[in-house]
Amino acid sequence: MSLDTSSTPLSFRRPSGLRTVKNGAAWVYVSLAAVLTVIPLVWILYTVISQGYRLVLNSNWWLQSQRGITPRREGGGAYHAIIGTVEIGLICALIAVPLGILGAILLIEYARGSKAARAVSFAVDILSGLPSIVAALFIYALFITVFGFGRSVIAVSCALTLLMLPVVLRSTEEMLKLVPDSLREASYALGVPCWKTILHVVIPTAFSGISTGVVLGLARVMGETAPLLILVSYAVGINFSPTSATMGALPTMINSGRDQAPTLPGYERVWAAALTLILIVMLLNLLARGIARASKLKEK
Amino acid sequence: MAKRIDVSNVDIYYGAFHAVQDVSMTVEPRTVTAFIGPSGCGKSTLLRTLNRMHEVIPGAHVKGRVQLDGTDLYGAGVDPVAVRRVVGMVFQRPNPFPSMSIYDNVAAGLRLNGVKNKGVLNEAVERSLVAANLWNEVKDRLGKAGIGLSGGQQQRLCIARAIAVEPQVLLMDEPCSALDPISTLAIEDLIGELKEQFTVVIVTHNMQQAARVSDQTAFFNLAAQGKPGKLIEIGSTETIFSNPTQKATEDYITGRFG
Repeated sequence: MSLDTSSTPLSFRRPSGLRTVKNGAAWVYVSLAAVLTVIPLVWILYTVISQGYRLVLNSNWWLQSQRGITPRREGGGAYHAIIGTVEIGLICALIAVPLGILGAILLIEYARGSKAARAVSFAVDILSGLPSIVAALFIYALFITVFGFGRSVIAVSCALTLLMLPVVLRSTEEMLKLVPDSLREASYALGVPCWKTILHVVIPTAFSGISTGVVLGLARVMGETAPLLILVSYAVGINFSPTSATMGALPTMINSGRDQAPTLPGYERVWAAALTLILIVMLLNLLARGIARASKLKEK
Repeated sequence: MAKRIDVSNVDIYYGAFHAVQDVSMTVEPRTVTAFIGPSGCGKSTLLRTLNRMHEVIPGAHVKGRVQLDGTDLYGAGVDPVAVRRVVGMVFQRPNPFPSMSIYDNVAAGLRLNGVKNKGVLNEAVERSLVAANLWNEVKDRLGKAGIGLSGGQQQRLCIARAIAVEPQVLLMDEPCSALDPISTLAIEDLIGELKEQFTVVIVTHNMQQAARVSDQTAFFNLAAQGKPGKLIEIGSTETIFSNPTQKATEDYITGRFG
């Protein structure tokens, strides 16, 4: 049956009462969902900031370690843990970024749609769902049980690489897919070889997206705790050595102080360490946006 | 500078699909040849075999010979990258490199082929933009992004980019199909100037455009969907449009297609 409107006069009246009610209900639902999503975030931020801001604003926090400080004593800082978190993140990025980007280039630019590419993509998908504790235990089994190395900062970084690699590879892949083939063809038509096309046309076009992926991957691994617990001992002193078996890091600093009584000075340091971690991750996100903006040419 | 193209008994395939059957033609240097015909008849496909762009698509291959001044482009040991340096191409949609400024877009072909000398690059960029009738519009903003230009300007930028590497032959795949009439006119005028230096082959769906810009016209048709496209007739544009020998050509040109 067709809806014949030609014989009836046109009507532009507002929708019926029932439709208005449904619309209103749906609107309330949607808004409520949005608010509920934001509440935990605001709550966490508020708690962490209000409990930790006092120490974070103190310059000693960024310059001193916890050496010689007991939970009952005031003072000390998170410098040792910041070093650890940043150093582990850097080593991790040093391994994961080249591997991820080069792997994505192979999958998209050279082997797109092939069976091997699909197999690798599938493996990466599985890897991206890998729990951090499993990555840590795998590295423990490989490095310590099989090869007989001791626990070390490098082992932690390797475990975290397993977590960061799929993030970088997957996001780079998506960004390369977004680069239109017409740009590749335009470059080929100028007599530019494939590898130069990738290096000078494809990568720069996808650059802001790739750098965002790298930073998000880094932000993810910096907050991971399980590999730190398993592969390195928490130390309160300042230490830069990547081969050391003890190293402070923000997640383990939080963990080591988590059962302090709220009346002790150590309790506040746990909140401050959490705030510091959030600040570092936030800084990385801002950095990613900055890079994305800076790499974009002005149009007019 | 311009080169002569000889196509003899060319068959083109996408995997198992036979796209173009047994085409032979000659394109003289410093002339404009237009390819016309209904969609799917293989005009663009044939055009893309002239600079070995066809084989970028996986599974695509070509049989027969395409010669450029006597050298077989599909001969053993021929590097497709080297072919494309000599046979340039302008595409249907303007595709300036979004990460590059206007200057960098035009200089891209030279730079990526190893030219570093600033003087050479400056000279080439200005010469190409002047040749593409774009210089006066962009000379004060060469550092701005190429994608900030209008569609017609972008297409002229792409033409400037293509001619900056001084190819011998310029292939144009429906270069005006995404442009308004005024930009189209600018490009058509430009084609008239370009043929003084280059051999130009242009694919177009616009019959008037073929009649306006070309010296020689080739009409392609296909028997049915899924059948390979064939070259029906090739001749001087005047003959094809006023006195074609094939009925199919006349029907297509006069709009009585089918």
